[in-house]
Amino acid sequence: MKEELFISGRANLNIDPVLHIWHWQIPVYLFLGGLAAGLLFFASLYTVLGKEDKYKTAVRIAPVIAPFALVLGLFALFLDLKHKLFFWQLYTTIRLDSPMSWGAWTLMVVTPLSFVWVALHIKDFFPRWDWKFKLVIQLEAWLQKNKQGLAWIILIFSIILGVYTGILLSAFNARPLWNTSILGPLFLVSGLSTGAASIMWLSKDAKERKLFSQIDLMLIAVELFFIIHLFMGFLASTEVQIEAAKYFLGGQFTFSFWVFVVGIGLIVPASLEIIELSGRHIPVAIPAALILFGGIIFRFIMVEAGQVTRYLY
Amino acid sequence: MRYAMAIDTLKCVGCSDCVVACQTENNVPIGYCRDWIVEAVDGTYPQLEIELRSERCNHCDNSPCVRACPTGASHYKEGGIVAVYHNECIGCGACIQSCPYDARYSHPEGYVDKCTFCYHRVEKGQKPACVSVCPTNCMYFGDLDDENSDVSRMLKTRKYKVLAPEAGTKPMVYYLI
Repeated sequence: MKEELFISGRANLNIDPVLHIWHWQIPVYLFLGGLAAGLLFFASLYTVLGKEDKYKTAVRIAPVIAPFALVLGLFALFLDLKHKLFFWQLYTTIRLDSPMSWGAWTLMVVTPLSFVWVALHIKDFFPRWDWKFKLVIQLEAWLQKNKQGLAWIILIFSIILGVYTGILLSAFNARPLWNTSILGPLFLVSGLSTGAASIMWLSKDAKERKLFSQIDLMLIAVELFFIIHLFMGFLASTEVQIEAAKYFLGGQFTFSFWVFVVGIGLIVPASLEIIELSGRHIPVAIPAALILFGGIIFRFIMVEAGQVTRYLY
Repeated sequence: MRYAMAIDTLKCVGCSDCVVACQTENNVPIGYCRDWIVEAVDGTYPQLEIELRSERCNHCDNSPCVRACPTGASHYKEGGIVAVYHNECIGCGACIQSCPYDARYSHPEGYVDKCTFCYHRVEKGQKPACVSVCPTNCMYFGDLDDENSDVSRMLKTRKYKVLAPEAGTKPMVYYLI
């Protein structure tokens, strides 16, 4: 057997022996960003489709989570920066080559829009809300009138936001586990699924719950297909990607990935939803919480495992 | 102008003089290094071969770190040297993730740091610190566009390889084999 052993004299902090430059902040952001993308997507989608009154939770109630998720996510990203006082440098330039640059600008657009969306529905929560200033009242009236246009903008940006959480990772060719274009759609679908699960959990309307349960089932099916596709792609690829796949097919991430993400996070909630749809009663909180749990564990594992996979020693 | 380095793996004895010279010259914080020695053992016992080589940033022609940088802190200097503007770096780690050679690290002060091919020496016509101290003279530095530079002459006459060519980065540190 041919053996190759490397003894490197390098011991840089967080680089050796295994790269670990991104910690909990990144997966937490990827989860919150995906969740916000999912919530905003469904809110704007059903507004564009003219079903605002039919699906009240999706359009009016659940999106309240989005700005909080985005602000918390941005704060996590800020905590991750090692040269914090220079964070504003992100907004002095647009670098199209860098996914992180256009991701930063997308967040700059989406976060205020999510606040605007919640502000437009604030009277659902506080019926006697008064905007006080004439200018604000006029602005609100104008936005209410052009809500369809606003919904279209949010719809497009929510998709970009959802895809971005995956592309951020997939653009790094040095990390074989991340370097696959399926990661963008996979993270988008996973984000939409966590959004749908939250709506399902919050909704008090049986019809709406049923719709989002069905949507969620479909998203889980697509997600499972993408995951199989991901590993098929790796196994048919170069040596480094085959090695990356092995971490999940017998290696150190096998148990956590297949049990927590695929089992508890996807197959169990999907089965519970099928049982529910077939007429038996199951508290909606169980599948919803499991999907959210699976979503966050998925991101932790992907960020952690991606940093373990590499080209050289 | 295209700066490059050639390192003779047949002459390198792995003494780490280049590592210490770099740490001293560039005031590298304790515990970190911008260049390092790799000892690669290849073969089946008892037929073993050892290759010693001094590694560092490859100052790639197609640098993934420059592409990944969201602020433009990572940039090309004259001659293709890849460097970081400390006061534009936000320490996001994107360049560290993007480097297949793991040649970058996060400086304790927050910004990302790496080999600069000793740009401050090179612009004065001197050789990088690591090259200048090598006791076996196994390192060659120079301009690839100049046919008579040390590095051009070595690459013309010797067999060479680069590290992880499959990563598509077009590295500019060549290993003579």
